Amino acid sequence: MDGRIHKFNLNNRNIVLDINSGAVHVVDDVVYHILDYYSTRSLEEIIDLLKDRFDGNTIKEAYDEIKILIDNGVLYSEETSTMNKIKYNEDNVVKALCLHVAHDCNLRCKYCFASQGDFKGDRSLMNLEVGKRALEFLVENSANRRNLEVDFFGGEPLMNFELVKELVYYGRELENKSNKHFRFTITTNGLLLDDEKIDFINEHMDNVVMSLDGRKEINDNMRKTVSGQGSYDVILPKFKALIEKRGDKDYYIRGTFTSYNLDFSKDALDFYEKGFKKISIEPVVTEPDEEYALREEHIETILAEYESFSKDYIEIKKKDKDFLFFHFMIDLDQGPCIAKRVTGCGAGAEYMAVTPEGDLYPCHQFVGDENFKIGNVFSGIEKDELREEFKEANVLNKDECRSCWARYYCSGGCHANAYNTNRDIMKPYKIGCEMEKKRIECAISILANLLE
Amino acid sequence: MKYIKTISGSNMKDTILKGGCGECQTSCQSACKTSCTVGNQKCENR
Ligand code: SF4
Ligand code: SF4
Repeated sequence: MDGRIHKFNLNNRNIVLDINSGAVHVVDDVVYHILDYYSTRSLEEIIDLLKDRFDGNTIKEAYDEIKILIDNGVLYSEETSTMNKIKYNEDNVVKALCLHVAHDCNLRCKYCFASQGDFKGDRSLMNLEVGKRALEFLVENSANRRNLEVDFFGGEPLMNFELVKELVYYGRELENKSNKHFRFTITTNGLLLDDEKIDFINEHMDNVVMSLDGRKEINDNMRKTVSGQGSYDVILPKFKALIEKRGDKDYYIRGTFTSYNLDFSKDALDFYEKGFKKISIEPVVTEPDEEYALREEHIETILAEYESFSKDYIEIKKKDKDFLFFHFMIDLDQGPCIAKRVTGCGAGAEYMAVTPEGDLYPCHQFVGDENFKIGNVFSGIEKDELREEFKEANVLNKDECRSCWARYYCSGGCHANAYNTNRDIMKPYKIGCEMEKKRIECAISILANLLE
Repeated sequence: MKYIKTISGSNMKDTILKGGCGECQTSCQSACKTSCTVGNQKCENR
């Protein structure tokens, strides 16, 4: 029974999560302590065990309340027996593509998983034929899904902006013909932004992800121009100009943290001071032997950093509800269905990346590794077994995830991280798991604080 | 209740009957491009 709940104390709240129902309770100390023994001891034994801390009557009352929750199916609830009947993407729908419109970049960020934009291949730009075909491929493979997503990615997509524009217009044409809706997004380093591009992006992109690393010195140490200069001073004003004209449309300013800035909450707060409200700071994804890689010896510091940031976050959030840190957002009531929760990111199944040549990969992180080439937009999916492997890589099938309390929030972690560290997409990346679990705890404790 | 405050009683199990409609956003596209969190996503079908 103990594997059915997860409890923790954070930000002055005792929180109890009922893993299988998704219910969340904030409880008094007495309940919190009773739960240590509830499944193995009788009420009399518990009264005796806790007699120095709580009087017998209080324990009895709290014990009865626990029983009520159990009867209502929101505590110690069982995993539903139909769980293994969840079918995932049986008809092989593809609903999202990451278009690598430019395998080239005008920055030389040290941690770039794309090897400075060229993904270990030749520098190249996607042409219109490939781009159009990619959108058609998406429409053709999306069955009855209406909402389709296309992210313009690179390298640096602004280096091929004419194509981006053409594809947005072509997408609008396809929408009319096929009763689909495209959500376009773009992920950019901002260097080539000008007024015209900003206006186009603000008009047509449902979301824009702006890459920058927070504090100037942190950014400039990792994100260099081609001539080796820091990029911060050139880029910051452009991103500011973009969000000033963005209205209430979505955006994220997105930083990366490495072993050089384990105090990354300072980077998030620096963004906030500069006027950005929707912030995401992501752990670097890289091979473990890089100097800037996050290693097990860093875990403790990172987890403490998330906790201390969650305290600042609560304070800011009380004054400014628009402040958002991507990993502290959680939706306990309107969140996704269980099918989504067990199947995760969809890489290699409903989500794929397209290279300038039109080759398909399970996701942007796998591009460039020939073993993971799954097909081509002209010839379709060629490696069905690879797609099946990715479809099978979900929380219901991964050993670690099966018994992990966070499985319905995390949904199984990032395959690329798993592959980079363990050469196996079925074996989650341990550091990633530790971070993810801490972020979920932070997010729930934030909510518990803000609800009052 | 005197000692317990339930902040979310939502029962995920109910959603199993509906299955996934698949209209929601792909998690990695939203903000991060490097991680997979679904707990913070919105359902498009309620
Ligand atoms: S935190 Fe790790 S073990 Fe837990 S569900 Fe996520 S990937 Fe699986
Ligand atoms: S494998 Fe990782 S990087 Fe790729 S889509 Fe999934 S979460 Fe994102």
